[in-house]
Amino acid sequence: MADYEQLDTPSVVLRADLQRLFDSLHARGYETIAPRVENGAIIYDEVTSVDALPAGWTDEQEGGFYRLEGRDDGALFGYTVGPQSWKRYLSPPIRRLWQARKNGDGFEIVHEDAPTPHYALIGVRACELHAIHHLDDVYLGGSTIDADYQQRREAAFIVAVNCGKAGNTCFCASLGTGPAVGPGYDLALTELVTEREHAFVVTVGSERGADVLADVPHRPAAPGEFDLAEAIVAEAARHMGRTLETTGLKELLYRSFEHPHWDEVAERCLTCGNCTMVCPTCFCFTVEDTTDLTGQSAERWRRADSCFTTAFTFITSGSQRASAKARYRQWLTHKLATWQDQFGSLGCVGCGRCITWCPVGIDLTAEVAALRAEEIGQPQPEAVLEMA
Amino acid sequence: MLATAIHERQPAVARTFATNGCVPYRCRVTERHQENDDTFTVELEPAGARSHAAFAAGQFNMLYVFGLGEIPISISGDPARPDRLVHTTRAVGTVTRAMATLRRGDMIGVRGPFGSSWPLDDLKGKDIVLVGGGIGLAPLRPALYQLVAQRGDYGRVVLLYGARTPEDMLFRAELERWRSRFDLEIFVTVDRATGDWHGNVGLVTALIPRAPFEPQNAVALICGPEVMMRYAVQALHKRGVGPQQTYLSLERNMKCGTAMCGHCQYGPHFVCRDGPVFRMDQVQRFFGKWEV
Repeated sequence: MADYEQLDTPSVVLRADLQRLFDSLHARGYETIAPRVENGAIIYDEVTSVDALPAGWTDEQEGGFYRLEGRDDGALFGYTVGPQSWKRYLSPPIRRLWQARKNGDGFEIVHEDAPTPHYALIGVRACELHAIHHLDDVYLGGSTIDADYQQRREAAFIVAVNCGKAGNTCFCASLGTGPAVGPGYDLALTELVTEREHAFVVTVGSERGADVLADVPHRPAAPGEFDLAEAIVAEAARHMGRTLETTGLKELLYRSFEHPHWDEVAERCLTCGNCTMVCPTCFCFTVEDTTDLTGQSAERWRRADSCFTTAFTFITSGSQRASAKARYRQWLTHKLATWQDQFGSLGCVGCGRCITWCPVGIDLTAEVAALRAEEIGQPQPEAVLEMA
Repeated sequence: MLATAIHERQPAVARTFATNGCVPYRCRVTERHQENDDTFTVELEPAGARSHAAFAAGQFNMLYVFGLGEIPISISGDPARPDRLVHTTRAVGTVTRAMATLRRGDMIGVRGPFGSSWPLDDLKGKDIVLVGGGIGLAPLRPALYQLVAQRGDYGRVVLLYGARTPEDMLFRAELERWRSRFDLEIFVTVDRATGDWHGNVGLVTALIPRAPFEPQNAVALICGPEVMMRYAVQALHKRGVGPQQTYLSLERNMKCGTAMCGHCQYGPHFVCRDGPVFRMDQVQRFFGKWEV
């Protein structure tokens, strides 16, 4: 049963008792997905033991640069975000939608009937929680919804983590998306590593969060502990490596369609699509229809797609965005401007992944600053009507 | 709590992508005929117990050929006859070339109808100027059916249609029948005259300056290649038919039809959901620019 008082009163769970959180989630049928180290990066994968978390690791990030480094305090969440985001668990990058089989005089369609995975997402940062809400807008906000996403999303248990460190490519503070986690979590942790203790200040965001916390040894947070937790996050907010000025951003980008700076970016952009793969809000997909060798059985697959390919916009008359310039412009303009008209928010959450994982270090905050520095005049809206 | 929060964001009647939105229903080809060298029309009836959903003039379906793929094709039939689902398309890609070989009784998959439509109900009393180029006549034909059926509700009804050659003209028998009526103005032009063609030669946009309509009371519905639509918009504007009186149907790559896959984005618009029919002032900021 829920202990409603806990909804308001932060608790403290000791590092030594954190395993009980994983155990409780397991006992409730969740697959626990959490950060761990693989191939020199922090990824999100099934983690059943607290000991498998990246204890004593931190990350160094810059444009086109990511390295793990040790830290000597044994912190479990002492890094920012890696190349993956939670979208791979809520909207898998490859998914079969249905199958079709030939029969006597046509074909029949076989619906997918896979059970919904129940994930506990452990270590969701503030920016990432915002990104999940953005995916909700895309897949659940319209008159047609993605039922698979809805089932995964409703089943997911979210353990958010407040950032105690800001990365060099982070800019959530200037977007208001972090580093303190906002609503939408079941439990939120702030890691405290002091000389006296290694513990987590825990706030409860839902009834089921309270139920899970009830299984984990905890005590009410002392005022000093809660203050320290808040101070740590406030300190992270002051050390953002990047800023993005959001005032008038939408209109700036709408005005900048013909800006010469896009040509300059295009000289560097490899159109590799890394930014779209690492972006926690990039939602585009394609569908592929396949048959087996006999031609009797067909399948439709949905795959994550990127607006950086020429095929993305291909119609009979050819690719509608053949140039690299047009494709980068579309991506950036979508994130920062057209997304606002589509969903009422920025499509960027300030996680900095696109900067870190761009092989040539293209930095959207710098590109926006460049557009701002040399504003071009607004073209006349009637231009198209008068050109003969 | 979270689940409730998500649930509350749903509209009262939500179709689900997995059960309805992304899975086609099966149809059989009941009729197929060739319109010209590369363009053909198919008529489809549902293979199972379900019936076709009602559609509005200007909407499209996603058509699936077994194992090969799925493509957006506008509906070219009569909206008053939703039981007869009619599509007209050119054989230009993998899927449409396979579709061109379909025979009566063959099966294809259908999802839809999707998208916005020509807002004919809001245009009563207006002069309606339909401007079509090539295959662009196909999504205009449902509007013509409706205008003819409700002829008394509208002012002048003018069709300006351009084809490459006389042999490329779509729906020729129908156009000739409509042209014989005293209450329809049908003008046809070809890029290149062949055979015994004695009609107009030139771009369809050249018909606009002398077409019989009252600009202040006219509304234009345009569909054709984007460059043709651009010049049509300009010619109409020159005659006093402004952006708020001009509708056009855009074509973009589409994979889902439900504003999720992202492919059809045109500025802030998802062409599959907010379009394909737009009023010119909605897209004026981008229309005519390259690589939007």
